[in-house]
Amino acid sequence: MNGEVIVAGIGQTEFSKDSRRSELQLAAEATRAAIADAGLTPADIDGMVTFTIDSNDELSMMRTLGVKELRYWSRTPHGGVGACTTVQHAAIAVASGAADAVLVYRAFNERSGRRFGQPLRQVGPRTLDWYTTFGITTPAQMYSLWFRRYMDEYGATNEDFGRYTVVARRHAATNPNAWFYQRPITLADHQESRWICEPVLRLLDCCQESDGAVALVVARAERARDLPRAAVRIEAAADAHLGGGSVMYNYYHPDLAAFPEAEFLARQLWQRTGLAPDDIDVAMFYENFSPIVFYQLEAFGFCKRGEAKDFIADGNIDLDGSIPVNTNGGLLGEAYIHGLNNILEGVRQVRGTAANQVARVEHVLVAAGQSGLVLGRA
Amino acid sequence: MSGTVDPVVARDDRYFWEGVAQRRLLIQRCTQCGVLRHPPAPMCGSCGSLEWDAQQASGRGRVLTWILSHHPNHPDVPARVVVLVELDEGVRLVSNLVDVPNDDPYAEYDDLGVMVDFREHDGVLLPVFAPVVAG
Repeated sequence: MNGEVIVAGIGQTEFSKDSRRSELQLAAEATRAAIADAGLTPADIDGMVTFTIDSNDELSMMRTLGVKELRYWSRTPHGGVGACTTVQHAAIAVASGAADAVLVYRAFNERSGRRFGQPLRQVGPRTLDWYTTFGITTPAQMYSLWFRRYMDEYGATNEDFGRYTVVARRHAATNPNAWFYQRPITLADHQESRWICEPVLRLLDCCQESDGAVALVVARAERARDLPRAAVRIEAAADAHLGGGSVMYNYYHPDLAAFPEAEFLARQLWQRTGLAPDDIDVAMFYENFSPIVFYQLEAFGFCKRGEAKDFIADGNIDLDGSIPVNTNGGLLGEAYIHGLNNILEGVRQVRGTAANQVARVEHVLVAAGQSGLVLGRA
Repeated sequence: MSGTVDPVVARDDRYFWEGVAQRRLLIQRCTQCGVLRHPPAPMCGSCGSLEWDAQQASGRGRVLTWILSHHPNHPDVPARVVVLVELDEGVRLVSNLVDVPNDDPYAEYDDLGVMVDFREHDGVLLPVFAPVVAG
């Protein structure tokens, strides 16, 4: 983004299992908070980006927030895969002059309303019916079919995956925003949780189901002068999709023990920023399930292929490790707001306002497998 | 309730399920450049041709990865062994492995040689795979 675009504000609701209010109200609360955090008013907002599957349409949002004129809107497909794509769209709109201040939001009652972890019904052609028909009806099963190849190739076990969960829950335990605040677990707790797809995933390998909303305001860097808080620069934003790919999992690429899209994403982000893994101070990885962190650690070059289990066991992703990961507790520990809450944590880490603040943060990597950002100081 | 989510027989996929009804495993083939593709697509991603036919697969392949799939809400529904199969022709498809125990998540099926068969599951005829018996 050549330094001209910033995250000017962030906002959120509390994260719960039953918000007791509409998704539109959640969206309004989080976006209003983000606008105020940016030192703006709703009248300053002239762009909006959310997920294709967000239930809150832009015109309802305008009416609810009091936005007067919208010059740009866009939506991003495939759910959490596009968590960082939303910010990319907003940044491109601002960089091009299509809009000056773009609201990015995601709001849902994903626990008390429609639960993503439930089995799929018939979902339509061209996508998942090649799998649902044969008994792959939940995301846990869909991903386990891929994860198992990694386990078999590198000798990784569910206990290895549990070591990530223990770290995520430890980070959540000291983050007052987190659903699992003050509730750390041991590896034994993980190993006693019930199987979801034996021998790959236990319950505690799965992200939460959450109610809540998060929002960001993406704006021109000139705005930074007027901001009540430190601006956070979007140093790079990229999508990474490959022919033959699927939505975040990998059935058709030659090497099933790898995540080629994340490798492609890493190449783009390193090339555009001139940074390398050693330059990153905090990494936020989308984790619908714990093993996806292993693939991403390896794809981004924080460790070598097959070595993520040892890398994690050696404490490298802890708050005082070589690359602290998911310092808010991630989607397992903090909440599952479709990955967008991990971007907010990245912003906080650069600002220096995170609950589990890492010292001297210059650059944060936020990756959702096939979309990613590098955030840095403005 | 049914443990099977019925396939969606859309226009581009119809040949596949018509083949299954005749107990034939069909793979889409570009008639211009010969590339095979699955899942189906209306245009060849290699040469751009819209012309294709469906060739009968050998039915032989090997297991690349697998899981035991329990119905998440209905523990009484028998588990299914779900496999990702690479056919000898080089294309991959997700299917079920049959004629093996469906209660051992630690069985070793990686690289297992398999052969297509056609079995009814909850009234739906599906292409599935059975282990190739040595000799």
